[in-house]
Amino acid sequence: MSLTNERIQQRLTEKFGDVLTGFEEPFGLLTFTAQKDYNLKVMQFLFDDEELRFRFLTDITAVHYPDRKNEELAVVYHLHNFQDNIRLRMKVFVPVASPKVFTATKLFESANWMERETYDFFGIEFVGHPNLIRVLNVDEMTYFPMRKEFPLEDSSRIDKDDEMFGRGGTF
Amino acid sequence: MARPVQYNTKVKMVEIPEGYSGEGFYATNFDKAIGLARKNSIWPLPFATSCCGIEFMATMAATYDLARFGAERMAFTPRQCDLLMVMGTISKKMGPVVRQVYLQMAEPRWVMAVGACASSGGIFDTYSVLQGIDQVIPVDVYVPGCPPRPEGIIDGFMKIQELVGNESLRRRNSDKYKELMESYGIR
Repeated sequence: MSLTNERIQQRLTEKFGDVLTGFEEPFGLLTFTAQKDYNLKVMQFLFDDEELRFRFLTDITAVHYPDRKNEELAVVYHLHNFQDNIRLRMKVFVPVASPKVFTATKLFESANWMERETYDFFGIEFVGHPNLIRVLNVDEMTYFPMRKEFPLEDSSRIDKDDEMFGRGGTF
Repeated sequence: MARPVQYNTKVKMVEIPEGYSGEGFYATNFDKAIGLARKNSIWPLPFATSCCGIEFMATMAATYDLARFGAERMAFTPRQCDLLMVMGTISKKMGPVVRQVYLQMAEPRWVMAVGACASSGGIFDTYSVLQGIDQVIPVDVYVPGCPPRPEGIIDGFMKIQELVGNESLRRRNSDKYKELMESYGIR
């Protein structure tokens, strides 16, 4: 019998109980939220367990929700079980004032650059990462461009008339 | 029987610059003679990062044939080139690289910004893109377009030729030029 979302949820709830919340299946992809101190423990369990075998890290990214107080930043992990070809998504919410989560580099080597990228764009601090520096943007950049408090446009540009772009001005 | 190889009899020559000539001698000033030589043997250094580079490939190829203008040799070494052609979006991370290439070129050197992105950042009004290469190096000719057609690039190239041909030999030693370089923090 191949692994199903129900079975994964059942195994996770048995093991972690209240730590994991918000189980849902948008487009058939099992998604849940973990408490921020448990991200590594959950991934370790998913990795080691002989039935679950989530041993491939597809992606790490983050989302900024400015309106959610004390959990403004969501770190999102995508995991893949190659044998049963089943994927899942785990979210961890952290406050923007202290965006600290444990690094996954001890478990997945590939997490190294993914976490650097997430740090680069969202400023998530991965505790225990061996080399947490910017990877895509210039080193001199002083902010995290994908956070919503920063304008997407380059602020050094003075020749653009906002009215022509349908923003600001007299419209 | 006609020869299999026809010699090109329609060779176009540049005009002799203004000067004094008589029997067995011809005299003109250095500015004109050197300008003439320089403008008809510009060695371009293509710095192509995106779609404008594709248009440049068309410009170099047989139909448009940039070699007609004396720019036969594309060199990919800045030390030997006269003209830096920046074609495509330059991200902020690429900025120091463009600058480094420019600094490695020997004087006299010219710069052409091809396309909207190299000239002004174009549609990429965003945190990661340099808003025009004139933020890091001085530019002589801007070619508009997104991307410009090969005709546009050739037009820009001919504008460069005009600049090269008419440049005073003392320009690069002038205070104004030094001031320009100073404003980019060069030397």
